[in-house]
Amino acid sequence: MKEYLEKIGLLTKQVVDTAGSLVIMLTQAVMYTFTPPIKARNIFKQMEFVGVQSLFVVILTGGFTGMVMALQSYNALKRFGAESLVGPTVALSMTRELGPVLTGLMVTGRAGSAMATELGTMRVTEQIDALYTMAVNPIKYLVVPRIIAGVLMFPILTIVTDAVGIVGGYLIGVKVLGINSGVFIGRTIDFVSVDDIFNGLYKSIVFGLITTLVASYHGFYAKGGAEGVGKAATSAVVMGAIMILISDYVMSSLMSY
Amino acid sequence: MIKIVGLKKSFGPKQVLDGVDLEIEKGKITVIIGRSGEGKSVLIKHIIGLLKPDEGQIFLDGLELTALKEKEFNEVRKRFGMLFQSSALFDSMTVAENVGFPLREHTDLAYADMLKSVKEKLNRVGLVDVEEMMPADLSGGMKKRVGLARAIIMDPEIVLFDEPTTGLDPIMADSISELVLSTQKALNTTYVLITHDIPFTYKIADKIAMLHEGRIVAEGTVEEIKKNPDPVLRQFLEGRAEGPIKVY
Repeated sequence: MKEYLEKIGLLTKQVVDTAGSLVIMLTQAVMYTFTPPIKARNIFKQMEFVGVQSLFVVILTGGFTGMVMALQSYNALKRFGAESLVGPTVALSMTRELGPVLTGLMVTGRAGSAMATELGTMRVTEQIDALYTMAVNPIKYLVVPRIIAGVLMFPILTIVTDAVGIVGGYLIGVKVLGINSGVFIGRTIDFVSVDDIFNGLYKSIVFGLITTLVASYHGFYAKGGAEGVGKAATSAVVMGAIMILISDYVMSSLMSY
Repeated sequence: MIKIVGLKKSFGPKQVLDGVDLEIEKGKITVIIGRSGEGKSVLIKHIIGLLKPDEGQIFLDGLELTALKEKEFNEVRKRFGMLFQSSALFDSMTVAENVGFPLREHTDLAYADMLKSVKEKLNRVGLVDVEEMMPADLSGGMKKRVGLARAIIMDPEIVLFDEPTTGLDPIMADSISELVLSTQKALNTTYVLITHDIPFTYKIADKIAMLHEGRIVAEGTVEEIKKNPDPVLRQFLEGRAEGPIKVY
């Protein structure tokens, strides 16, 4: 019994420690975001890394998700004679839920792990200490550009995922399953509002913040050589993905009122 | 002058520094020697503010560094340069970008002027035509030289060296010692080095201090240290396994 209580206590302490450290890092990052000088070059470099280099992954994810959504929803809706609702089903699922969540998860896997690895390597090879000794604040130099890039690029990537997903759904629905093109497009326009799209984009901003903050945190505080860097990358992806899923539920609940 | 008074630092139950008292003279080369794991790196990390002590003070020309806030310390750090054991070059940047990094961050120098300054410092450490190379393409000795060029690019008053000869062959280690002497003479800078390389220490030091069990147990000029009969110092200098220092 005592052992279990000790384990629970230790786990609670770790969770509180991590949450506290994340909040401190976020506070510092917000503070340094508005402290001049602002180095645009670093921000653009990270935007290219998070955004442009993730395009292929999100196009592939969005496309296949939209296609499979069309297939599955057609099978279900056909039973009620409501095949015409395949378009709205795909579009609503993509814009409100799947677009932002899948983009978040895929980019966490690609860019989040790479960020944690890069910062972790910089930590264990004393490059972060070197920044301090050169009177350069590593949070401002390394973390701030990554968070800004995440917050700006995740919504753009989500728009791409949404669009490609809907096009994928259209191709399967119209070209393969034989739904009338006008019905597919017309019903989609009828049922999907601008709010649905924006709900997804608000979520994606939060996911961008979560991914980059969590990856930066795990990389920045990595220790223990190559093994530590590996652990940092794994933790960044696992914790990032879990936080995306939990925050998605919380945001969906709040937005549904 | 740097004055360290009663500096204490522990990590968990391990007391690494247990009351270090040391004076580092301006414009001289001070070498801190001691076994691996004795806290030499911890000591110089305190000098440049990478670590905060549990107790004790560090003064730089009368200014108490240990009482400064992070923002205030950042201004003081511009008076320092540091060469890390691993050189700590940014592996995503070229040699020129690495060496010019402090200039880019803290000055408004035009790119051409920055490059000129970078080339001048690279020449001073004996490197030519390496500006566009990446750190991964450099040998261990070249990395140390580039690291030194970066450490002195802002013409600092004090340069800290963390084990500058570790991992180098004896010839390269000797060339680093020549470099330390020539750059210190040319720039009239205060150099603080930590090492356990005894021939290197004898060649360059104006003052030697030995750190053992968290305290400075012996200090003096090369001649004074060579004559010092302290058994701990003698065992370390002579590299014997037997003696008062226990080997685990």
